[in-house]
Amino acid sequence: MTENPFDDIPGTTLFNHAQSRLGFHLNQFCMSLMKAANREAFKADERAYLDQWKMTEDQKQAVLDRDWNGMIALGANIYFTAKIAATDGLSFRQIAAEMSGVSEDVYAQMMLDGGRSVEGNRSKKDKR
Amino acid sequence: MARITAGVATSHVPAIGAALDNGKADEPYWQPVFAGYEASKAWIAAEKPDVVILVYNDHASAFSLELIPTFAIGCADEFAPADEGWGPRPVPTVQGHPELAWHLAESLILDEFDMTIVNQMDVDHGLTVPLSLMFGQPEAWPCKVIPLAVNVVQYPPPTGNRCFKLGQAIRRAVESYPEDLKVVVFGTGGMSHQLQGPRAGLINKTFDNAFLDRLIDDPQAQAQVPHIDYVREAGSEGIELVMWLVMRGALDPKVRVAHRFYHVPASNTAVGHLVLENL
Ligand SMILES: [Fe+2]
Repeated sequence: MTENPFDDIPGTTLFNHAQSRLGFHLNQFCMSLMKAANREAFKADERAYLDQWKMTEDQKQAVLDRDWNGMIALGANIYFTAKIAATDGLSFRQIAAEMSGVSEDVYAQMMLDGGRSVEGNRSKKDKR
Repeated sequence: MARITAGVATSHVPAIGAALDNGKADEPYWQPVFAGYEASKAWIAAEKPDVVILVYNDHASAFSLELIPTFAIGCADEFAPADEGWGPRPVPTVQGHPELAWHLAESLILDEFDMTIVNQMDVDHGLTVPLSLMFGQPEAWPCKVIPLAVNVVQYPPPTGNRCFKLGQAIRRAVESYPEDLKVVVFGTGGMSHQLQGPRAGLINKTFDNAFLDRLIDDPQAQAQVPHIDYVREAGSEGIELVMWLVMRGALDPKVRVAHRFYHVPASNTAVGHLVLENL
């Protein structure tokens, strides 16, 4: 077996066939939040809304916890989870800060300073 | 006959649209971004294209995981701005050019590019933000727009080489359309950015500027760059840059650079922008 080069990129999950199959129902739930009436129903009773979807308990819990990295690990794609963020009134920048484990202020300053450097972030082998 | 006179490349960051829509364009954070497009707005006002073929990607707005077309062309009369979770952007409905779009679809399919034909579709920030950047905030968009959506969400997107060749095929198709129409092709998305996971916020100015240089002067070589290089160097969402190669393939081998702009950051993203003219 040859190693998949995408697996070597730190802090990055490629939305490939495996993730897509794992996350199909989770992502389709996210997609439903494109409609205002569904956003209202979700906000009114998140658990009941999630129970209408063929998601795993882990996936539902990750949504309830707004565990953005956890959702990705369970097959979510960022453009789909962004619908949950929008429903919550959060920006991409706010959830990006959370996923990278810093406050929004620290993250925003990093971006103003030119963003996260690729140096040391190309390969898992870069990290000690 | 119809002809392609120029190409425009631009990032399509959703926060740019939100800044415009919420009247924040003059804030110090956003002012440098919009300043980078002033010359281009004047350029396109003088250029007056009849039709823009706008290459972009849908971000889980029109296409969910139910159906994932690699290349899709919008043949409808009009396309409404999508509700991406905040309500639709307050921008004009996009007027299509169904006759040219159908001609493109037929020509491309017979030229062995298996396009998906779309007769009803809402268009998200990927399409509307470039229009806002180039045309500002008019009552109606000043030209017809043919949406050409590329899958860059589900791996694998089409290769850079396939995108470049699609651009060449689009040019052949446009030039076989009998009506005199001036067409400008937009390639959108990028530049370096990553929106997900612990590596979110990645920016690579060196990669981006090398990409701009090669897109202008040696697009054939840039078309050979594999996906892994984009994802590793420009972030998981930096892969959107392959869409710029569709635009570049539709132009002459040698082009004139009418405008070039690069700025970091807009929200999570490096903003890159080119206006390229056929000689
Ligand atoms: Fe995009």
